[in-house]
Amino acid sequence: MVEFRNKNLINKIFLQIPLILLFISVLNNHDFNYLGLKYFSFNFSYILIFYYSLKKSESLGYIYIFIAGLINDVVIGTPIGLSSLMYLMLCGAAAYLRNITLRPSLIKDCIFFLITILIINSLLFIILNYIFSYQLYYFDQIINIIYTFLLYFLFSNLFDFFEDKLVGRINAR
Amino acid sequence: METSRDDFIIAIRSAFLKKGTQQRFSLLSLIFFSIIFLILGSLNFKVINYLKIGINEIVYRSSFIVSGPENFIKNNYLLAQNHLNLYKENENNKSELIRLRSKNLSNKFIISENKRLKKIFDDYLVESDTIFAKVLSDKGSPFLKSIIINRGSKHNISLGMIAKDGEYLVGTVVEVNYLSSRVLLLSDLNSKIPVILEPNEVFSILSGTGKDFGIIQYSKKYEEIKEGSIIYTSGVGSLFKAGIPIGKVNSSDTSQEKKIEFFSDFSQLRFVKIFSYLDNEAKW
Repeated sequence: MVEFRNKNLINKIFLQIPLILLFISVLNNHDFNYLGLKYFSFNFSYILIFYYSLKKSESLGYIYIFIAGLINDVVIGTPIGLSSLMYLMLCGAAAYLRNITLRPSLIKDCIFFLITILIINSLLFIILNYIFSYQLYYFDQIINIIYTFLLYFLFSNLFDFFEDKLVGRINAR
Repeated sequence: METSRDDFIIAIRSAFLKKGTQQRFSLLSLIFFSIIFLILGSLNFKVINYLKIGINEIVYRSSFIVSGPENFIKNNYLLAQNHLNLYKENENNKSELIRLRSKNLSNKFIISENKRLKKIFDDYLVESDTIFAKVLSDKGSPFLKSIIINRGSKHNISLGMIAKDGEYLVGTVVEVNYLSSRVLLLSDLNSKIPVILEPNEVFSILSGTGKDFGIIQYSKKYEEIKEGSIIYTSGVGSLFKAGIPIGKVNSSDTSQEKKIEFFSDFSQLRFVKIFSYLDNEAKW
């Protein structure tokens, strides 16, 4: 009985890992600044939200993504509601792709992801620059988009591995 | 053609309007919420401001705890790097110490003379009580170079107070909560500080770049700015007391935007001093 309860608890924790990762990533705002890499930055939250909205939409609730966006705004100092809007638009794009896809493939997902982050980062740039008068470097944004896109391949495989080998195995027991 | 348009509309409607399993709100309603938050926030709506302050208090503390493991790795990485650079640094420090000892002899006299002269011009400012603050988190986001400190309005922190790392200027307080505040660093793209470059007395504006260096802007005497020139606050506009050291010029090229190396390493701030400068008369 005790063993059954423990398994149930572990199962629940494993199912919540994407959500935990999302909140850690927005609270921590990984930037790897201290490594002194001049041209390196990526948006882990975008990768996580897009992947899980596309593949396992039940893992991340929209309301949690909305709250994560509010927290992200507070942490990085952007106007409140902006990151939520971007995250939800990313969810919308992922949900649209899910609806129109018959045969999923990583390449198609990546290309759609690239187009989506290009659009939402452009929107972010326009809103911050022209409405809220924040100065941003266009070049930094491009670097961020390129690395986010490239790292989607890596993280997508990692998340696939995690879902198939760990969560899948626990569910199968 | 008609069918593909219908498919597109169905897919969009399904994505934005349909509530998925375990989803309490549709995507579209949450997008509307975000837009409302944005609009009300930009209009300085009170409820949104209170909400923001509430979230700030919780998030800053949580962020400090969550950043623990990453900070541990970061600190160890920097520690290892420091050990590797130790010999070279020691040699540089020795020669610097010899130079500074000789310079220090004349400094005390100059400081007292300067105070006396400034009093004559009624320009002398005194420091308010210094508040020591711990850096809760330093977020080097692409949008804002800032640090969060564990002192807020409860500890008499107010907007516009300045933050120093030792004797070096670090930034200004731009957001005050009850128990925490945000300091905008000099390296932020939106930071503009009136400065003076010595020894040639060139007045200019120091602007952040979003990187770990600043640039000199809006000066007519670029050719007079030499490599190694020291940058101090100029006191113009009464934002800062004149003479707070900031950094030094680190580029010898004749281009208009001179690269400035800050004396303080913003990525390694642990504690900062917060205070404001008051007019001598206002203090008494």
